[in-house]
Amino acid sequence: MLLRHTTDKIIEREALTINPAKTCQPVGAMYAALGIHGCLPHSHGSQGCCSYHRSALTRHYKEPVMAATSSFTEGTSVFGGQANLLQAIETIFTVYNPDVIAVHTTCLSETIGDDVNQICQKARTEGYVPEGKFVIHCNTPSYVGSHVTGYANMVTSMVKHFATVSTTPKNQINLVAGWCEPSDMREMKRISTQMGIKTVMFPDTSDVLDTPLTGKHEFYPSGGVTIPELVSTGDSKFTLALGSYSSEDAATLLETKCKVKFSVLDLPIGLQATDKYVMALSRASKMPVPDSITADRGRLVDMIADMHQYLYNKRVALFGDPDTLVPLTEFLLSMDMKPVYIVSGTPGKKFETAMTNLLLKKVPEAKFKNGQRADMFLLHQWIKQEPVDLLIGNSYGKYIARDENIPLVRVGFPILDRIGHSHFPIVGYQGGMGLIIKILNAILDKEDRECAEEKVELTM
Amino acid sequence: MRKIAIYGKGGIGKSTTTQNTVAGLVESGKKVIVVGCDPKADSTRLLLGGLAQKTVLDTLREEGEDVELDDVVKLGYGGSRCVESGGPEPGVGCAGRGIITSINLLEQLGAYDETEIETDYVFYDVLGDVVCGGFAMPMREGKAQEIYIVCSGEMMAMYAANNISKGIVKFAEAGGVRLGGLICNSRNVDNEENMIVEFARRLGTQMIHFVPRDNMVQRAEINRQTVIEFEPTHNQANEYRALAKKIDENKMFVIPKPLEMEDLESLLVEYGVE
Repeated sequence: MLLRHTTDKIIEREALTINPAKTCQPVGAMYAALGIHGCLPHSHGSQGCCSYHRSALTRHYKEPVMAATSSFTEGTSVFGGQANLLQAIETIFTVYNPDVIAVHTTCLSETIGDDVNQICQKARTEGYVPEGKFVIHCNTPSYVGSHVTGYANMVTSMVKHFATVSTTPKNQINLVAGWCEPSDMREMKRISTQMGIKTVMFPDTSDVLDTPLTGKHEFYPSGGVTIPELVSTGDSKFTLALGSYSSEDAATLLETKCKVKFSVLDLPIGLQATDKYVMALSRASKMPVPDSITADRGRLVDMIADMHQYLYNKRVALFGDPDTLVPLTEFLLSMDMKPVYIVSGTPGKKFETAMTNLLLKKVPEAKFKNGQRADMFLLHQWIKQEPVDLLIGNSYGKYIARDENIPLVRVGFPILDRIGHSHFPIVGYQGGMGLIIKILNAILDKEDRECAEEKVELTM
Repeated sequence: MRKIAIYGKGGIGKSTTTQNTVAGLVESGKKVIVVGCDPKADSTRLLLGGLAQKTVLDTLREEGEDVELDDVVKLGYGGSRCVESGGPEPGVGCAGRGIITSINLLEQLGAYDETEIETDYVFYDVLGDVVCGGFAMPMREGKAQEIYIVCSGEMMAMYAANNISKGIVKFAEAGGVRLGGLICNSRNVDNEENMIVEFARRLGTQMIHFVPRDNMVQRAEINRQTVIEFEPTHNQANEYRALAKKIDENKMFVIPKPLEMEDLESLLVEYGVE
């Protein structure tokens, strides 16, 4: 009982967060930056921040994550970080030669008030940035928002720095990828390609954080959105923003800056969200939905129908990031499962509105909360009050799962103790089938292990 | 050794008052070290006869952690020892963090080590209002035990003094810091002395001295000297000697009771409008 001090009695808390369901803004900014081809993320702060954020990503993706730091000292904290950042930019272009340096701030540089915009501008005008190379930046104080906010800020800064309107419109659709796995980004692109649509996805971490072992280390792997592609997003016909928390700001700025219309969808997790994604792609491109995709959908529907008896009315607790939780909740509901408890450390009213719309009629007893004090502790207390059949979330859920003997399906960030998330998607119709398989395996394995001897079934 | 911090609204005359008081103390044979906690590094100009000082933070930046005490402590008028914390140029970095860094460094270097150097007084001269944790550093436990607030009969100076008192309350409860009194640096406001005496009473403290306004201060400053050095026989020099003596003999150390805004305003109406 690792969490034996957690009780079912909920006391109103004003200040304390216990086991938060979120992490630092720069983790998100760093992850997003890796979705640009040839980009070296740069952390403007002390070394410890950078080390933590790199290791958080490395432990999740099982790939080396490169990033540089301004290495603040005590003196830097007093005199400001301009000298360090300028020196860093010069050194990085000389030694590591990236196409882009993506600078994000930290709590320290934010609190002392470093003006990163001005410093980057100075770097450009004073010749620290070689011809054809770029420095972009965004502000990521961790005491605001969460890792999702940091991701959104870096994605927005891609639009701010690169998107440009030229004289020739392009017959392509922008896909602003909300925070998801490289496998998910790959799958979303596969679907659009299957429909014969030219898209620009940004950020795109496929072939960056899921690279094959070839025997040769590539400092900048082949994947990632390129600078010409990012520039061209201003000429695209339409933008689909996938996941409002992590992509809407970028799509909004792209419309303001380059007049590219957009619509915001959920990440295509589950049947309905994938339907919306496919239909939105079809509408925006005026391309029909090919039979192969319809067949994929049919297989998912078939699986849902066949497995309904095992999933029906199962109580589920979920935690993680809003852009994943919203379509995931919708998916569980579409299978007649009961998402009863949901928490996210990422603040914002959109989460509450979306969850209310999904749950009010179908699961009126559902409890959900996001932002401050919407933590794993609260989730655990709810579970203690009335148990659930399944827990869905990142690796931090394993302590609750173990103490309460609940099967855990790992979805979200970070997953530190299992693999597969980088390689097998949960988006799209096929990803939906993958999710059902994971959920079923977890529930049925427990059933097989624990049911009475006379109830053990060989066949489903 | 007594550790004293001088606070007060920006431009009220903290540095001038501090240095003249220090001059009075060293004249009477006391050993004093002055630590300027202002990024402008102008807290010891009158004692040193100019801004010749290399600041603690400049030295830290240039020499890394291998700072020697002799690099940053300069001898001024009457054997007073002078240190400037320094800090970033306006608009960048974090001056508050600078004060924290600098005071910690001075302690590490043994600037106040009585076994090394005989010291009767440490004076911290702190910039303006207590805008953040850094500027409250001299109030923290183990630093200054006595605070004097320089103010005048002007509304904003009293408002600042009241705010600083709030800061003192916070640190007094946790540590040992106490308010030693208000120093009224006159601006020739109507009924000023009576008003500050009453203001001090309501705060639970005293007006330790009323320093009259005199152009001699300005003349001495132009000559980069304290009044005591520049014109030792002038009446204003005697005022600063009196202040130094009162501080030396002061026994009244309190946790202040800051006023509500309405009370402060009513005080002004009551005393300020004749």
